[in-house]
Amino acid sequence: MVGVYVLLVTALVIVLVPLVYIVASSFSSPAAVSAGRVFLWPVDPTLRGYEVALSNSAILTGFANSVFYTLAGAAISVTLTIMIAYPLSRPDLWGRTVITKAVVFTMLFAGGIIPTYLVVQALGLLDTRGALLLPQAIGVWQVIIAIAFLRSSIPEELHEAAAIDGASDLRILFTVVLPLAKPLIAVIALMYGIAQWNSYFDALLYLRDPDLAPLQIVLRNILVLNTSGGSTDAAAMMERQQLANLLKYSLIVIATVPLLLVYPFVARYFTKGILVGAVKG
Amino acid sequence: MRPGKVADAAGTSTRAPSAARRSLRRHWQLYVMLSVPLLWFVVFKYVPMVNAVIAFKQYNVVDGIWGSDWVGLANFQRFFDNPVFGRIVSNTFLLSVYAVLAGFPIPIILALAINEVRLRFFAKTVQLVTYAPFFISTVIIVSMTILILSPRIGLMSDVFGFFGADDPNILGDPNAFRHIYVWTDVWQTAGYSAVIYLAALAGIDPTLYEAARVDGANRLQKIINVDLPGIAPTAVIILILGVGNVMSLGFEKAFLLQNPLNLSQSEVIATYTYKVGLINADFSLASAIGLFNSVINLVLLLTVNKVAKRVTGSGLW
Repeated sequence: MVGVYVLLVTALVIVLVPLVYIVASSFSSPAAVSAGRVFLWPVDPTLRGYEVALSNSAILTGFANSVFYTLAGAAISVTLTIMIAYPLSRPDLWGRTVITKAVVFTMLFAGGIIPTYLVVQALGLLDTRGALLLPQAIGVWQVIIAIAFLRSSIPEELHEAAAIDGASDLRILFTVVLPLAKPLIAVIALMYGIAQWNSYFDALLYLRDPDLAPLQIVLRNILVLNTSGGSTDAAAMMERQQLANLLKYSLIVIATVPLLLVYPFVARYFTKGILVGAVKG
Repeated sequence: MRPGKVADAAGTSTRAPSAARRSLRRHWQLYVMLSVPLLWFVVFKYVPMVNAVIAFKQYNVVDGIWGSDWVGLANFQRFFDNPVFGRIVSNTFLLSVYAVLAGFPIPIILALAINEVRLRFFAKTVQLVTYAPFFISTVIIVSMTILILSPRIGLMSDVFGFFGADDPNILGDPNAFRHIYVWTDVWQTAGYSAVIYLAALAGIDPTLYEAARVDGANRLQKIINVDLPGIAPTAVIILILGVGNVMSLGFEKAFLLQNPLNLSQSEVIATYTYKVGLINADFSLASAIGLFNSVINLVLLLTVNKVAKRVTGSGLW
């Protein structure tokens, strides 16, 4: 039994130490960070890194773009997912099995990056916001989860009763099914939203215009490619370099905190979501 | 490819056509609703599959996909003859196999351990904390890795300094790339995967535990004889999915972790395809590489599924 606790505490430490290190560094002085003096507690605490990050126009634009992509993307994706999952969850819909198979097949085999790129190009979506919202709009996994939920959590008798009362399919969807499917909508909206917030590849492929770039692209430019974080001070090179180092830590916190804040509240739903997927998948 | 395809295929099923007509009349609203997302699947999933024919053509922008000349397997030949072929295929393969082997047992151990803990609060805390990194984006994970491993200022240099050693340039060492890739992946996803096993453990019939207790089983015997068999079907499915994805290794992380020093081990099929296709604009060659990758992937998935079904009786379908 002691072994179990040792194991789990070790796991906790391994997960937490890198996170705490990043947060502690983000609040430390530029000099302390660059000298490698920070471990798990801020050294010479300051908010300098956050000031620089929040006064950088590329970062602010990226943040605003990402908020837009996340909200709009989740709305589009949830709507389309319900539009496909609800009909496919109805047992008496003719052609249901074939359509479901055709949808699931796209998980196993894909045309590839270039053939998809050509479609996006042909639709005139290159360098538009649509390029980030449309090509990834529907996730097969989310469709599977939605079908499983609609089939298992909404009793068939409710459908029958509504149908006998003369309600049309659309009316049943809006007045009976959707109000009962709130947990499902919450789960898939979050899955899509988080995927959008974190997505990077599509923007790399389809966008050139920096005004449309989501936060992840801005982050990559500053954090991975090490291009200047845009410290506008004409101070000495040394100080600029130190500030650029500090900025990286603050940026990581800024980009991650929104997710980690909502996470404890939604983890419960999320777990249910994966479980449905895992059991039915 | 066209919407008609679905109807044709469905028409050959054993259902009587009158049932089809009745369903169409009764549920026309559902079919109208369904047509929008289906159109999406046709445009963004099936049209690219058709577009993949440019792998067999000498694509040029002026003539378009269908006007360009057929060249048979020449693009594939170019890929196979290229000196990088062996290297990127083996890089992709080794990296994926390593990721599957390392990533498979750890969530199981984590789930078994969490399941043993009697303190509910502690168990919940471990679960919540280990699950959290799953939500962090790849860009951030890679940035954190770079910051932590960077020589002189990173967290790792503190560790080396503590032991009085000089910190090596881990990020620039090609042989370290695979370990960095795989273990940051484990760090990020182990808690998330453990949740699936915890659910499987929760679903085990309680009478089995009672029987084990009556038989005088201790903790370890209970884990070996009740817990492990109980999660075996779930584990098989997760393993199959992992192996099935062996070749389709995530582009993002490898691409972001690449630097000129580690390229000999970090260039994988996905990153190479991106460079050939979008940087060198050789669409036909890139499509051939992508198609090669997709086919291998599909074959692997089908094979592993068949083997798993024969050996364990459970598979994906």
